[in-house]
Amino acid sequence: MDAPVEKDMMTRSSEIPMRVINSAKASEVVNTIKRIKRSYRQIRTENVFKKTLVIIGLVMVILVFGILLTLVVESLPSIKALGLKYLWGKTWDPVQDVYGAFPFLLGTLLTSFLALIISIPFSFAVAVFLGEYYPKGWLSDFLKNTVELIAAVPSVIYGFWGLAVLVPIVRSFESKIGVEPVGVGIFSSSLILAVMIIPYAASLGRSMIQMVPSQLKEGAYSLGATRWEVIRSVIFPYTKSGLFAGVLLSLGRALGETMAVTMVIGNTSIIPKSIFAPGNTMASVIANQFTEADKPIYVSALIELGLVLFLVTVIINVIGKKIISRFTNE
Amino acid sequence: MSNLVKYRIAKSSALKIFTIFLAFVCVVPLIFILLYIIRAGITKINWHFLVNIPKPVGESGGGIANALLGSMIIIGVAALIAIPVGILGGIYLNENKKSRLAYWSRLCVDILQGVPSIVIGIVAYFWLVKPLGGFSALSGSVALAIMMLPIIIRSTEETLKLLPDSLKEAAFALGMPFHRVILKVIVPCGISGILSGVILSVARIAGETAPLLFTAFGNPYISTNITKPMQSLPLLIYNYATSPYNDWLDLAWGASLILLLWVLLLNIITKLTTRRWKVQL
Repeated sequence: MDAPVEKDMMTRSSEIPMRVINSAKASEVVNTIKRIKRSYRQIRTENVFKKTLVIIGLVMVILVFGILLTLVVESLPSIKALGLKYLWGKTWDPVQDVYGAFPFLLGTLLTSFLALIISIPFSFAVAVFLGEYYPKGWLSDFLKNTVELIAAVPSVIYGFWGLAVLVPIVRSFESKIGVEPVGVGIFSSSLILAVMIIPYAASLGRSMIQMVPSQLKEGAYSLGATRWEVIRSVIFPYTKSGLFAGVLLSLGRALGETMAVTMVIGNTSIIPKSIFAPGNTMASVIANQFTEADKPIYVSALIELGLVLFLVTVIINVIGKKIISRFTNE
Repeated sequence: MSNLVKYRIAKSSALKIFTIFLAFVCVVPLIFILLYIIRAGITKINWHFLVNIPKPVGESGGGIANALLGSMIIIGVAALIAIPVGILGGIYLNENKKSRLAYWSRLCVDILQGVPSIVIGIVAYFWLVKPLGGFSALSGSVALAIMMLPIIIRSTEETLKLLPDSLKEAAFALGMPFHRVILKVIVPCGISGILSGVILSVARIAGETAPLLFTAFGNPYISTNITKPMQSLPLLIYNYATSPYNDWLDLAWGASLILLLWVLLLNIITKLTTRRWKVQL
């Protein structure tokens, strides 16, 4: 719609100066025309800018669908060749072309849930401490910043520390309780993971607990409830879904965590016999074997692991985020 | 006071003490890790360590210059890609709150934030390494840029949300076109919030190893060519930490300390800038 008007302006702008040449008002007219031309240019830039924004918005959608598409396309050979058997197959032997992902699924679930169970009491304690007992003051500032720092330390450093310090400790612990003292394995990875995921549930839980309306708490206090009874019967029920979302986001982190786990889990492709045995998670298998994979089907089987990992973490994260946004809108 | 009331009060204070105890136990492993890394790394760091490349197995000494330079180049290129796209994305989400595309776009940013880093590594491998015919620093940068995007977009959106509407309305009332209102009024007003988001995103990806395993790959020599494999700090730590040689382990400890200091520094800068902006990142 803009184009014809603009063209009209331009032809007129070339005619006008000729007609009014030598007139006293000439320069003023030329200036007016220049100004009008400039505002047309600005309208054009404005449209380009708005379109760029929309394109960027589209790029985000394309990026996620591109990731999904790439994973699906690249894992098609393995999906076709192995089918659903892939997920339940108990042996992973690339030399014999046998690909069963069950040991890794089990390893991932074991490490993640063990880590979650270990970390939940601590992250809830931090959430209650910062949200209810001491929302202000230097002590809570200190705790808040330290817990946030836990999330900031790179995972490769956790892995290195785990390898050098934690694994020997676990090894001596294992020899004390009478299991094979390997050190590396599911248990060590879970411990490292537990430390790494504390901040996620803690910081979300804190902001949820702080949102509990004070009338509710005051009502309970006026009925004679103690501090703990308020926490248990008012704060926890009120923030239930928010705390659950925090746990979900922690789980999502734990499932996808790669480096720290890869370094301390021991890398064996057999089904772990106990939580002290070495194993492998989906992420650690990919990290270890992707560059070594020499056959197309091998590569494709590894990518299928990545696809499973992607889908699971996406579902967990979307559910978690939905719960949070519903909670905060209420 | 009846016994029951006494019991309830005692239970309440006991659980309070227990909660405080649990909360502060969380701090212990972090302090352990920090102290251990500092003790193991501090003796390895000197000028020689910073300006030399690693020696082959069997020779002591050597440094991490290739990894330092590589990390800087890879992160720099990633930031060049992610910062403009991220800020524009944040502006888009803030300006279009209701449209359907914005809904999907927001959802995708959320999803992107949760995608495991190793998956992004695989995808970058198929998007760039395979078509270009070899491992390259550029593909590593793209993988890291994808990880930076959600953080920058989110923090930009959250910062712009805090600015009063009257600011924008005043600018429009003066007859300014949309792009000038955004770029000359809105973005400068929120620049410190946006910048802290950018710094935070750099802090998050500075220690990422998994996306670089199949992309930047690593390189024992100094390289500045972004179409060739390049070493980076986290990759060096991973490769040398899992090696059996003491000289290499020493290098890895020194590199760990440097990476840790660099990441902590970035986090502290973010803290200081977000304190003025009550942005939830």
